[in-house]
Formats: sequence, C-alpha cells, structure tokens
Amino acid sequence: MSVFSDIYKRDLRLSFRRWPELMNPLIFFAIVTTLFPLAMSPDPRILQPLGIGVAWVAAFLASLLALDGLFRNDVEDGSMEQLLLSPAPLGITVLAKIAAHWTASAVPLLIVVPLAALTFRIPPEALPTLSAALLLATPALSVFVALGAALTVSLRTGGSIIGLLVLPLCAPLLIFGARATDLALGGEPVAAPLYFLGAISVLTVSLGPLAVAAGLRVGLE
Amino acid sequence: MSLKSWFHRFGSAPFVYRLCSALAPWFAGSAALLTVVGLVGGLGLAPEDYLQGDSFRIMYIHFPSAAIGMGAYVMMAVAAAVGFIWHLKLGHAAAAAIAPLGAVFMTLALITGAIWGRPTWGTYWEWGDARLMSSLLLVFLYLGYMALRAAYEERDKGDRVAAVLAVVGVVNVPIIHYSVNWWNTLHQGSTVTRSDPTITGDMLWPLVFTLFGLGLLFAWMLMNRLRGEIVERERHTRWLQDYLTGPAQ
Amino acid sequence: MTEFLEMGGHGGYVWSAYGITMVVLIISGWAASRRHRQALRLAKLAGAGPGPARKPKVTEI
Repeated sequence: MSVFSDIYKRDLRLSFRRWPELMNPLIFFAIVTTLFPLAMSPDPRILQPLGIGVAWVAAFLASLLALDGLFRNDVEDGSMEQLLLSPAPLGITVLAKIAAHWTASAVPLLIVVPLAALTFRIPPEALPTLSAALLLATPALSVFVALGAALTVSLRTGGSIIGLLVLPLCAPLLIFGARATDLALGGEPVAAPLYFLGAISVLTVSLGPLAVAAGLRVGLE
Repeated sequence: MSLKSWFHRFGSAPFVYRLCSALAPWFAGSAALLTVVGLVGGLGLAPEDYLQGDSFRIMYIHFPSAAIGMGAYVMMAVAAAVGFIWHLKLGHAAAAAIAPLGAVFMTLALITGAIWGRPTWGTYWEWGDARLMSSLLLVFLYLGYMALRAAYEERDKGDRVAAVLAVVGVVNVPIIHYSVNWWNTLHQGSTVTRSDPTITGDMLWPLVFTLFGLGLLFAWMLMNRLRGEIVERERHTRWLQDYLTGPAQ
Repeated sequence: MTEFLEMGGHGGYVWSAYGITMVVLIISGWAASRRHRQALRLAKLAGAGPGPARKPKVTEI
C-alpha cells in the first residue's frame, strides 16, 4: 500500500510543479465552451440542448489532452525503467499514476464543468446529476486514456493514433453520462445510467491497470 | 488425440497452412451454394412483410453481416490473447487476418442497415441509437487494432501491443448485443434470437442459409488471409522454401 | 419480372444494398487471394536467405 501512496504523492507533486501543463486541459475546456456560443448562437433555446453535449465532449478531450505526460515524461527521464524493474507490482504503480492523473485533471473539471453548464442555461436542478455522472465517469476515462498512452508510449508520433484507440472505449461513458444529464433535465429518474457508469468505472478501475501495465511492458520491451 | 498434441498441431504454421489450403475450395464451394439458395429464397420465395413490404429482404444480408462482424471481433480477441499469453505467432497471424475482414463485414452491416432504415423508419442514421453507435464503435476498434499494429516498425511488437487493445475492446461486443434490450430507440428488438421468435418460418429459412453461406464465405476469405500472413512471417523458414520449390501447387 | 425488380416500390433500396454487398465482398475475396499470391511470390524471390528472418514493416492492408 505504501507503494501506492508513494507513487501517488510523487506524481501529484510533479504535476503541480509543472502546473502550466496542468492548466492546459482547463484552458482548452474554457476555450471550447466559449467558442461554441460564439460560433452558434447565444440563444438559450439553442444552447441548452447543446450544453450537455459540449460539456461532455470537452471533458473527454481535455482528459485526452492531459494524458501525454502520463508515461512519456517518466520514460524520457528514465524513471519508467526503474519502475518496470522494481519488485512492486506494476499494476499498483500504474493505478497510483492514474489516480494522480485523475486528481490533477479530473477534479478541476468536476468544478469547472458544472459552472460551464450553467452558462449554457442548464438549470441548476440538473447539476447534481451532471456532477455525479462526471464523478463516476472520469475514473474510467482516466484508465482508458492511460491505456492509450501506454500502448503508444514508444511510438514517435503516438499522438495521432491515441484518439482512435481511446474513442471506442470511452464512448459508452459519454453516452451514459449525457443520457443521465438529459434525463435530469426532463426531471426523470436518473438511476439507470448512473448505475451503468458506476459499474463501468468499478470494472475499469479494478481490471484496467492490469491491461495498462501489460501494454506498458510490451511497449517498452 | 490429447489436448496438448492438439494444441501443438494447431500452433504449427505448416500444419495450419496446409489445412487452410486443403479446406479452402470446399469452403468456397459450399459458401456459394448456401448463399445462392438463401438469396433465391430471400429475394424470391419469402412472402413480403405486411408492415415493411419488400424492403425487409435487406435483412437477409444485413443480419449475417452484423453477426459475422461481431463474432469476428471475438475471434480476433481470442486469437490475439492466445498469441499474447502463449507467445504463439499463429495467434497473432490469425488476429491480423481477421481484422480487415471483420471491419468490412461490420461496415457492410452498417451500410445495409442504413439503407434498410430509410424506407422503414424514415432515416438512414440515428446518432442516439445504442446498437448503431456500438456497431460503429466496433468498426473503430477494428481500425484502431489495424492502425496500432501498423504503427510499429517491428511486427512482433505491434502484434503484442495491438493484442492488448483487442482484448480490452472485446467488452464492447456484449454491450452491442444487450443494448437493444435496454433501450427502446430506433432499432427493433431482436426477433430471431429470442426464445419465442416472432418471425414466421417461411421468412426465416432463407436467413439461415444466407447466415451460414456468408459465414462460410468469411471463413474462406479468412483462410486466404491467414495463408498470406503465414507465408509473410515464415518467409525464411525451411519448410516454406521446401514447399515453394517442391511439387507444383 | 418487373415486380421482382420493383420490390414493391423499394427496389432502389433493396438492390443498392445487395449490390454494394456483392461488390464489396467480391473485392474483399479477391484482395485476400491476391495478398496470399503476392506473399508467395515474394517468398520465392527471397529464397532461403542467410541469417535470421527480417521483420518487414507491414504496409499493405
């Protein structure tokens, strides 16, 4: 367990040291949510149905944006090799790195996305659902994004392929999340999609790091 | 024959190559026969649907394509997993052979489905429909597997990296199958694989023929691709050179 | 005969679906065989080359 907290704290400290990098996804998210009303129309009747979709897509893209540093920085400065050689199970190490990545990238989103939704005239009653759905979806999102990063870590031009790899895996999260928020807007019960998100997250967070670790080992051998 | 020796036989490239070469003509022939019978039945003999008229006949190629597209992904994931876990090159060869074929069949399913959807439900495509979406995503998974494999200079490394992706993606396949039961959106509920099929016999039988016919066609194309993969990977081995310079094939 | 082609007014849909499927499947089948024959040809040219097998980059679908 101490392996987990050591790596978690180390990664978190490193991310905050490189805080401009941390800001990137948030800035990106702010740009996207600003451009949409400018490009479409500030009319709330058009913005409101858009708002949910924009919020989710922007969250997904922002997470994707933050991923590159996940493994690449460690590979470049050689610490990844040490981690691969260490007796600690790689799955735990990976889980810790993903947790740190989630804390640094998703938690700010959890605050910013509902605020942005408000600007899209999403009624405040839908916000708890939106936040709950994000809270349930972002861990799985981070795991999938980590998988994409691990599988392309040794490629020179990895960036272009990652989206293709990660999109099919993350799409169900977007679908359920948007559906939950949609239902909340209409005042309908949101339990079903939220349960689904929870199930996917639990499954992904428990089994995903194993796949990510396997991908890392193969990619770097 | 014990399981172990069975495993050894099917893990041997020359054996599999010769097996595929021998079986291929039979598969091609029976595929053609079954498909033709199914098409004659589906296009000509089956009565028209009282709701959809004659457009339902697209089902006879749409349903098999979708089933094959999904089944092929599972096959590919299993083959890639076998290759990864047991370091069996033939597993990776099989997965690589299946991928483009599975993508083609799934895409055909989407296209024929879209064409069928227009007269039946008024629209070619519906972004919110769960089955459409997950089928489209399955195509992306196929493409992702192929792209990831191709991105690596070393074929063996690409095989293994892509194998991880294939296995992770396989969870999407059950989501496709069950999603129709969870949403009442555009796509109709299953009429064939339910316990009490609501489709009549004289409409059903051509589907069985086209399903197996197209399945055998897929298998035939797969065998050719697999032969190609084996030859490429075993280019410098003794057995292949002997085979090539041996008695005329 | 015309009834067969018309398909109760849905002829365009039915035949385009079947047509696209046939064309795509024929091309797929032909491409698979071609790949195999090409591989055989290249293998013959390579001959029983010296040293361990190279690992060529896969460029063709």
